[in-house]
Amino acid sequence: MIFNTSLKNIFLVVFTTLILSACSTAKKSGDIDGDVYTGKETVKYLASGVPDRVFFATNKSSLTTASRATLRKQATYLRKNKKLNVTIEGHADERGTREYNLALGERRANAARDYLMTYGISGKRISTISYGKEKPVNPASSPLAWSQNRRSVTVKVN
Amino acid sequence: MKKIFLIIITYILSFNQLNALIEIDITRGNLDPLPIAVSPLHIDIKSEKYKDIKIEELGSNISSIIEKNFKGTGLFNPLKKEAFVQKPDIAHLKPRFEDWRLIKAQALVTGKILVKNEKLKVEFRLWDLTAAKEMTALAFTTTPSNWRRVAHIISDKIYERLTGEEGYFDTRIIYVAESGPKDQRVKKLAIMDQDGSNTKYLTLGNELVLTPRFNPTNQMVTYLSYFRNMPRVYLLDIETGTQEVVGNFPGMTFAPRFSPDGKKIIMSFAEDGNSDIYTMDLENRIVERITNHSSIDTSPSFSPDGKYIAFNSDRSGLQQIYVMRSDGSDVRRVTFGKGIYGTPVWSPRGDLIAFTKVRKGRFYIGVMRTDGSGERLLTENYYQEAPSWSPNGRVLVFYRETKAGSKGEGFSATLWSIDITGYNERKLSTKTDASDPSWSSLLSK
Repeated sequence: MIFNTSLKNIFLVVFTTLILSACSTAKKSGDIDGDVYTGKETVKYLASGVPDRVFFATNKSSLTTASRATLRKQATYLRKNKKLNVTIEGHADERGTREYNLALGERRANAARDYLMTYGISGKRISTISYGKEKPVNPASSPLAWSQNRRSVTVKVN
Repeated sequence: MKKIFLIIITYILSFNQLNALIEIDITRGNLDPLPIAVSPLHIDIKSEKYKDIKIEELGSNISSIIEKNFKGTGLFNPLKKEAFVQKPDIAHLKPRFEDWRLIKAQALVTGKILVKNEKLKVEFRLWDLTAAKEMTALAFTTTPSNWRRVAHIISDKIYERLTGEEGYFDTRIIYVAESGPKDQRVKKLAIMDQDGSNTKYLTLGNELVLTPRFNPTNQMVTYLSYFRNMPRVYLLDIETGTQEVVGNFPGMTFAPRFSPDGKKIIMSFAEDGNSDIYTMDLENRIVERITNHSSIDTSPSFSPDGKYIAFNSDRSGLQQIYVMRSDGSDVRRVTFGKGIYGTPVWSPRGDLIAFTKVRKGRFYIGVMRTDGSGERLLTENYYQEAPSWSPNGRVLVFYRETKAGSKGEGFSATLWSIDITGYNERKLSTKTDASDPSWSSLLSK
């Protein structure tokens, strides 16, 4: 058993290192389409293959094709886990005024919520909250960081 | 605001409005600051001890605060005390004008204080050295622990006499005190005197708080709190510390401000992702919807007569500033310049709207007439926003953030002030990083 766990750990470490190195090379180019982030660097997963977040263009709350694909995966996952409720957090980058960004975050969270609802998830299971520019996932002041921060994140609440 | 502060104006020595030769033209900015000598206030030898206040230093401490206030306006040049030619008590009786003129002073402030029977009695005089005349004089009595406010009130009276405008020194600023790394900021409501002293924290930092604003009497504050992870507009009584949620909205309320009569709070409410502007009457709790549009409508600000509301909307596609009647009718877009516009704030005089403008990745604080004409950009930076007016409508305070490095290092948030002439940009001293400033009205009128 002990031998088995440590083997697993080694495997995990190697695997993480691979992912990290992949990320650092991917960062240089191709992770932003228009100004929507398309990479995986900050992404977490609700379950295997189900990313927790989608990204937005500056000042926009419309869902990209990639975002819709991600949200459909979330909808499938939520349909399978009927007792699970979620909160969708809406966020903005730091390059706008605070109050407008609060409104923008709200709009982004609701864009994601509405899409999940069109795929059959009850609105009662999905609450929203906007943090505006208050909770950046990447604290840097760079176009890459801003694109990672313009996001909505689906978080399990139970 | 701990206690109700009573200033008893005991007598006015003289009020010589006419014949004043020195006058400051504040419409031009700080091109030629007036050389002024602020003599330490003379301490009457009959003064008694009062608690832990160092009576012997009170006269020079008060004059230092007055000098700092004057220097901060950019309109005055307080002269060095080493050059002073007369002792405070003698100068206060009647200065030798020609001697003071030798050190190039054009105005002189003298005064006397007496601490007796747990009261602080202050008198001061402002002398026009060129005309060899007393310009104004005033005496008042207060409690000794209010000595800093005494200095601010004297500063206000002199500023008024020399500029013809109301002063703004006996005021406070409420703001958000920030600490911690950029992606884990701790934010607390804080209040301080306009000069950065007497900082007090009004919340503990357990929940995110944003955008505090004073009511017209400076006793209440409305702000956004994420208490229990439910972003809602709150009302805080500064004196008692009691807090309550404003209204019973089923979603986020934000961007609050008081109406000019203090009876209503105007704010945004986000319903199903869409933000519109609402008011709530604080007495009868009646909620009124002011805008009804599928765009973002936020950052509302009443005109001082209460008849109009300036606000921020992206109904044209991008953030612009609009003005409407206070019932929501007659909506007119007022900004048409290149770039996006936010945070409109109506000046206390009613003639201007201050705003934030973003263009080509740079942030500007500006002012314009209420119809959008006459735009003047006062300051440009990497990030700055949220102007708030001094009560006399001459100065704006706002906050600025710096560009952070790849791990968020090098980030700071600070408060700044600038004259509406675009001159005299200054960093305010705060104990911590700071944002979202709101300037009080004059505490004593």
